[in-house]
Amino acid sequence: MEHQIWDRTHECMPREDIEQLQLERLQATVNRVYKSVTCYRNKFNELGIVPEDIRSLSDLSRLPFTTKDDLRLNYPYGMFAVPLREVVRIHSSSGTTGKPTVVGYTKNDIKTWSNLVARFMTAAGVTHDDVVQIAFGYGMFTGAFGLHYGAETIGASVIPMSAGNTEKQIMIMQDYKSTALVCTPSYALTLADRMEKMGIDSKSLSLKVGLFGGEPWSEAMRREIEGRLFISATDNYGLSEVIGPGVAGDCHCKNGMHIFEDAFIPEIIDPETGETLPPGNVGELVLTTLTKEAFPMIRYRTRDITSLDYTQCACGRTLVRMKKTMGRSDDMIIIKGVNVFPSQIEEVLFAIEGCEPHYQLVVDRRGSMDTLEVHIEVTENIFFDEMKKQRSFLEMVEKRIESVIQVGATVRLVEPNSIPRSEGKAQRVIDRRSL
Amino acid sequence: MLKLKNINTYYGQVHALKTVSMHLNKGEIVTLIGANGAGKTTILNTISGITPPRDGEILFEGEGIVKLPPDRIVRRGVSQVPEGRQVFKPLSVEDNLELGAYLRYRSREGRGEIRKDLEKVYELFPRLLERRKQMAGTLSGGEQQMLAIGRALMAKPRLLLLDEPSMGLAPLVVQEIFRVLEMLRHEHGTTILLVEQNAKAALKLADRGYVLETGKVILEEVASELLENKEVQRAYLGRDKKEIWER
Repeated sequence: MEHQIWDRTHECMPREDIEQLQLERLQATVNRVYKSVTCYRNKFNELGIVPEDIRSLSDLSRLPFTTKDDLRLNYPYGMFAVPLREVVRIHSSSGTTGKPTVVGYTKNDIKTWSNLVARFMTAAGVTHDDVVQIAFGYGMFTGAFGLHYGAETIGASVIPMSAGNTEKQIMIMQDYKSTALVCTPSYALTLADRMEKMGIDSKSLSLKVGLFGGEPWSEAMRREIEGRLFISATDNYGLSEVIGPGVAGDCHCKNGMHIFEDAFIPEIIDPETGETLPPGNVGELVLTTLTKEAFPMIRYRTRDITSLDYTQCACGRTLVRMKKTMGRSDDMIIIKGVNVFPSQIEEVLFAIEGCEPHYQLVVDRRGSMDTLEVHIEVTENIFFDEMKKQRSFLEMVEKRIESVIQVGATVRLVEPNSIPRSEGKAQRVIDRRSL
Repeated sequence: MLKLKNINTYYGQVHALKTVSMHLNKGEIVTLIGANGAGKTTILNTISGITPPRDGEILFEGEGIVKLPPDRIVRRGVSQVPEGRQVFKPLSVEDNLELGAYLRYRSREGRGEIRKDLEKVYELFPRLLERRKQMAGTLSGGEQQMLAIGRALMAKPRLLLLDEPSMGLAPLVVQEIFRVLEMLRHEHGTTILLVEQNAKAALKLADRGYVLETGKVILEEVASELLENKEVQRAYLGRDKKEIWER
C-alpha cells in the first residue's frame, strides 16, 4: 500500500520553516486575543505582559495557562474571539462535573478542522475509496462531526451510524461493506465480543482500518483489536476545547502521533509546578492554537499525560510525535502516595496469556491504608480446577503489577460479563475512598 | 525566500510596526491588508531599506539585509514599485525604463542583456512600446503604473514589492495589471508582496495574506480563507456594513 500525505506542504516542512510560521501565527493569535477576549487581556495585564513581548517561541512560557475553570467562569460565550453572528457551530462538553464548557467554530474553523482530520485519516490509510462507519455519538460531542468532515473532505463515503445499538452496527458493517471504523477503542472490543457471540467471523467483514480515539488506550489493546478485528488500528488525539479530533494522529509507522504543528504548539509541563519540561520528559500536554478564529486557546492545560519526540519519523513527516496518552493528570490515582495510571495496569494484564481485556480497578481505604483491587473477568483460559494452580496464577499477576506500579495490589477474578460494557468511555477506576 | 522576525519600525516617536514577523516562499504572491495607517507601506519601505527597522531581523534568501542601504538591497534582487507610481515625468518612457537598470550598467553584464530585458517589458506592456519616445508625464494613470512596474522589472528582481498598484485606475486597467503580475509569477517565478486598497481583488490574486491593524499582524491565512473571514469582509471588503454587531 502506498502511503499518502494529505498536506505535504505543512506536514513535511523543514523545522526552521515550521518555527517561523509558528512564531508568526502565535504573534497574530496573541494580538487578536488581547484585543477581543477580556479574560486573556485581564490575565496578561495581571502579569504585566503585552503582546509585543512575544518575540520567540520560548516566550510562550511567559504566558498564563488556560484551564477548564477559565472556560466555566466565562460560560457560555466569554472566551469567544468573534461575535456570535460569525459562529456557525457550537459544541459543548458533557458537563458531568459542573457547568459544561462551550466552544465555537467559524466557517473557516470548520474548513480548517476538516482538513486537519483529513490529514490523520489519510495517514491512517483512508482514501476516497473507503466506506467510513462512524460509531461515535453525534450531538454536542466533537468526535463524530470531526471525523465525518474529515472523511468527506477526503472524498470517502460516510455512514453516520452514531454510537450504540451494537447489533445494528454489525449488520450495517456487514451489509454496507464498511472498510473503516471510527469509535472508541473500548467500543471496538465490545463489537468484537458481540461478533464472537453472534458467531460472525470478523475476517468475513470488509474492514481494513480503525480510527480510535476519545479515551486513552494501550499498545497491548491495539494488538488485541488488530488481532480480533483483522484491521490496522490507529490512534488519534484531540479535545473539544482545542478543536476536537485533529490535533494529532498516527501515521502508518504507529510510532507516536504527529501533532499538526502549523496549527498547534505543544508543550509538556510538570502538572504540579507548571514548569515547562525539555523534550522527551513525561508530563502534562499544554496546547496553544495558531489558526482558530472563533475560539483561540492560549496554553490550554489538557490534563493528558504524554511525552514529545522531535526525531525524524520514517513516514517523511517532520512533525513532532506525541506518545499515546498515559492517562489524565486528574485520572491519576494516588495510592499510598504513589502516582498510578490505569493504563499501566492495563498494559500488564494484556501481556498475560489468556487474560481478557475486561478489568476494573477498585481503590479503597482500610483504616489509614489505601488498597487497590484489580478485578478481572474470568474466562476458561484463566480458570483452573486446581486451587493451587489458581492461586499461583493470581500471585503471578499481582507480582507483575507490583513490579510496574511499585504498589501492591490484590487481584480478584469476577464473573464473566459482570463488569459493565461501555458504549462510550470506559470507567476503569472506582474510587471508594472518602477523602 | 524572505523572512521578517520581530520587526519594529519607528517614524520619530511613532511606533509604526510592532514586533512584526512574516515570510514569503519562493514564487508566492502575498498581500498585506489593513486600514490606512496600519503599517502596510511601512513594511514595504522597511524591507527595501527606505525606513530601516530599529530592531528585528530581515532575511532575504537566507542573508540579513537590515543594515544595507536601499541600492544594495536592489542589487540583491528586491525592487519596489512605490505608491503613486513616482515615474520621472520629464523623461521619456524608454529613459525611465533604462533608469530602472541603472545599477546594471556598471556591472559586467553587457548592455545587450539590458536591451533584451527592455524588449521583454515592451512585450508585457505593448502600450509602453507605442509610447516609448513620449514623456512619462503625458501618460495616463494606468500607463504610468505599467511604466513603474516595468522600471522595477528592469533591475531583474526576484522579489517585487508593489504599493497600491490599482490606486485611481479604471477596473479594466486593474485587471490588465493583475494579469501581468500573475504572468510574472508564472513565467519568471517572481515572488510578489502586494499592498492593495482593493483587498478583494488582491486576495483573489494572492496565495496568502497578512491582516495588519495598528502596526501589528492580527491574522495570517490562506487568501481564500481571508475572503471568507467575516471580520475581514466587514472591515476591508466593505460588506455587511449595516450589520455590525457588538457583543
